[in-house]
Amino acid sequence: MTPYVPGRSPVHRCPPGAKILTLVAAGTILFAWPRLDFALAALAGAGLLYGLAAIPARLVLAQLRPLAWILAVLALVQLALDGWQAGLLVAARLAALVLLAGLVTLTTRSSDLIEALQRGLAWLRPLGANPAKVGLAIALTLRFIPVLAAITAEVREAQRARGLEGSLVALAVPVVVRMLKMSDDIAAAIDARSYDPDRADG
Amino acid sequence: MSTRDIVFVALFAALTAALGLFPPVTLPVVGVPITAQSMGPMLAGAIAGAKRGGAALALFVVLVCAGLPLMAGGRGGLGIVMGPGGGFVLMWPVAAFVIGFLVERNLKALTVWKEALILVLGGIVLTYAVGIPWIAAVARIDLAKAAIGSAWFLPGDAVKVVLAVLIARAVRRAYPTLQPR
Repeated sequence: MTPYVPGRSPVHRCPPGAKILTLVAAGTILFAWPRLDFALAALAGAGLLYGLAAIPARLVLAQLRPLAWILAVLALVQLALDGWQAGLLVAARLAALVLLAGLVTLTTRSSDLIEALQRGLAWLRPLGANPAKVGLAIALTLRFIPVLAAITAEVREAQRARGLEGSLVALAVPVVVRMLKMSDDIAAAIDARSYDPDRADG
Repeated sequence: MSTRDIVFVALFAALTAALGLFPPVTLPVVGVPITAQSMGPMLAGAIAGAKRGGAALALFVVLVCAGLPLMAGGRGGLGIVMGPGGGFVLMWPVAAFVIGFLVERNLKALTVWKEALILVLGGIVLTYAVGIPWIAAVARIDLAKAAIGSAWFLPGDAVKVVLAVLIARAVRRAYPTLQPR
């Protein structure tokens, strides 16, 4: 997970909902109008915002590193097929969006992000989905990821003791079964505390 | 949805994210990474069923869109969904739902081959049908090139189908989660 970098900059203080909406808008505009000047402007804007939020350069590079290959290959393919401008456009657009998305996670606490998502999904209510339930599911998901990693490490050790370290199935089946059992326990615990999503306010 | 359903949805969304912890291999030309993550919709559908599996993958996609770095290689944000692999990712909830529906429908007489066929249909045919034109549109290459480039996924996807069938069958036997539809 991208770490949260604490701070008091305008980027940090901007409400999470507004940040997500800006991200959605930037992505939509950049793909609806594939223009080099827009993409470069977005890239420059992302750079400015990183400066404003005082994010260390090391973390900026960490955002781009997983993309380096994709960027290089995409740029080369475009270069060969459509000339350097198209290559630059595709690379700049992707880099700008990844940097902007990274900035949202770097400057927003995940609890604030969940709360904003829950409020943002309020329009689902008439469709039969309860935003409080969605919020619960989001919080549980984020909690489950490290738990899954820990259980996987445990099961891997146990299977190594049995000489089964090469088998992915022997690893995955106990992990999933244990998680399912745990899910039933968690559901029972939530129900035992009389959790009522129709009345819960978050 | 009951509380149990919600917890199951969260579990399979988390499982899909955890599958992304295996390092991805990025394909040349089309720029879409091969990851263990596409097993997420197969396992969610085949173990949690249509409703919960589809919801789990929809939740996963929403979280990725909101910028959480849950995709393989720690990527996230709308850039992913709008990038070359976006078509595949957006089809994951549909794939999970269809797989879950067909598995529930055939639960009483579900042979290994039938289940593998269902996973191929939902996890490969359905996702490629949207994923390939998406690559062509985003990377601005023609459809044939995108299709040939995506063919590199097929061996990996075949392995994932085999693994998912074995895992899902063993899990359902140990811990029954589905009702026949």
